[in-house]
Amino acid sequence: MNSLLEQYAAIVGDTVIDQLKQLARPLAGMKIVHVNSTREGGGVAEILSWLVPLKQELGLETEWEVIGGDKDFYQCTKKFHNGLQGNPVLIPPAQLRAYERTNEENGERLRQTLEAADFVFIHDPQPAPLLQMCPGRKGKWVWRCHIDLSHPHRAVWKYLRGFVASYDASIWSLADFAQPLPHPLYLIAPSIDPLSQKNIGLSADEVNRVYEQYGINPDLPLITQISRFDYFKDPLGVIQAYRMVKEFSPVQLVLAGGGAADDPEGEEVLREVQAAAGDDPDIHVLLLPADAHREINALQRASTICVQKSTREGFGLTVTEAMWKGKPVIGGDTGGIRLQVINHHTGFLVNTPEGAALRIRYLLKNRRKLEDMGRKANEFVYQNFLVTRHLREYLTLMIATMQEGVERIEM
Amino acid sequence: MATSFIVKDCTLISIAMGEEALNLRELSDRIKFVHPGCIYYHFWGGMLRSAFDEPEYQNDFAAWAWRSLHDSRLAERLAIIDPSHHQNIEDLRQELADVIDERLAEDEYVTWARSGQRFKFVRSQIVVFDTGIRISHPGEMTERIPRMSLGSVFYHFIDARRRTPDGKDDFVEWFQTFEEGVCDELIARINRIDPYFTTLAALRQELEMVFQQCQPEEERP
Repeated sequence: MNSLLEQYAAIVGDTVIDQLKQLARPLAGMKIVHVNSTREGGGVAEILSWLVPLKQELGLETEWEVIGGDKDFYQCTKKFHNGLQGNPVLIPPAQLRAYERTNEENGERLRQTLEAADFVFIHDPQPAPLLQMCPGRKGKWVWRCHIDLSHPHRAVWKYLRGFVASYDASIWSLADFAQPLPHPLYLIAPSIDPLSQKNIGLSADEVNRVYEQYGINPDLPLITQISRFDYFKDPLGVIQAYRMVKEFSPVQLVLAGGGAADDPEGEEVLREVQAAAGDDPDIHVLLLPADAHREINALQRASTICVQKSTREGFGLTVTEAMWKGKPVIGGDTGGIRLQVINHHTGFLVNTPEGAALRIRYLLKNRRKLEDMGRKANEFVYQNFLVTRHLREYLTLMIATMQEGVERIEM
Repeated sequence: MATSFIVKDCTLISIAMGEEALNLRELSDRIKFVHPGCIYYHFWGGMLRSAFDEPEYQNDFAAWAWRSLHDSRLAERLAIIDPSHHQNIEDLRQELADVIDERLAEDEYVTWARSGQRFKFVRSQIVVFDTGIRISHPGEMTERIPRMSLGSVFYHFIDARRRTPDGKDDFVEWFQTFEEGVCDELIARINRIDPYFTTLAALRQELEMVFQQCQPEEERP
């Protein structure tokens, strides 16, 4: 079995891997800890599942810690998430107390590990107060925000800002999301892992099996949105768009996603989606288990067009995944989708169900354009959104935070 | 005897400044005082960061004018500014400010961007490291260039223009240390490469082609 780095070299080339090794050399032996709130489900867990072993293989002593809490904790952090993405939310004091208490308990458990680390990366708001629980910390603490914070509900941000302002640096997916803080605001776009079950190449047989598995008609164009059942992903808007297209040409729709362990709102949204889908046999609403990575992979590959009609989006890794599989993406004109969907090149940015319907119809009619866009989408991801670029930027950031303010750091 | 060419590599990390412009007047005001690293980043940073290889406009100011202000006249004027023709960042900043102020003077109204499309100022930190590769003679470049990372191409061909006294790239600087006549043709051809309206991968190909077509003369014994 080849090492992980050798496997990536087969995709991105030796030069890229050599660069990572050289960059990691001055960081060898350092203790790195990543902390988030779920080991499965959602983009953050996916990123950490490849980032951690790759850092380890490059000689960095990297650990991944997960904090857990009770129902009140997750209710509270879901409200943070909604509030930070712009929804006005009211968080009861009891839930805020649960949030702080959960972090105190986890702080007790993790203090020794975190205080000894050279770098601590805290992902998203859930574990943000951990810094305050570690007064003896010796390393650099970096808060990684994966959320679209461009228009936060001010009360929520004001509360959280109190926890994250003391960090040594923060990382944001886009400049548009970065909120002013008294430390460097680094920008790192997320990425996908081409070797993961969700993105690895599949045989035609395996792709074709999803038709039978989920009762999808292989002879009809397939429009797919893969995402958690979340209001910000606008699954109801996708159904509206599908119905507008269906008036003119035969088409079927798959809305598929799993629940994330830290998302208590998913069930409610799923019920609304199922109600909106009604008894239309060409709408397939699929609640997939958290480990259905190969099925998602096959569904994306079986699709004619992929959609991600979010109204708010941190980055939209499902967009990257679909593009990697050579699919043009019709995406909401928001957040990180704008960074990936280049209008008329890798897909289309839309603002309404009508806009999505228009672009779906256009692509279904212009198959050569659809194929050209798919090719460009794949190339764009290859050049910019694979794990190797992401890892390179993490390593660069670690060196950069050790010499803050220096514009050109000569190693 | 010339010393060996030390192949270095570099990586870039972007840093949001927390400063932004919502309309052309604000852009004009900010540009005059913003960190020089921002001006550099918004002209050259696109080469090393995640970006689409076929942009409508090569620099971020022009792209914003077109995409967010819908001012194609301004976008065209900003897009034609070539940073490689400026001796230093302050010269470039001045030209940028002149173009924007001229446009402001032409129009009775100040154009605004939608609130989600403000111009966000970004700068970068660059980490430079030694690859351990040494090239002792220009003739070896033919084999080495195709295997150089894009970071190396950026460092030696783009970033060098900020470091070297004459604003030249590292290859030309090195060739000039050889005996007169040995690398004259190479120097002339490399100087003709336009470093701006292209991508790093395309630049690497151009350099490779020059080295393939133009071998240095033998040095006199």
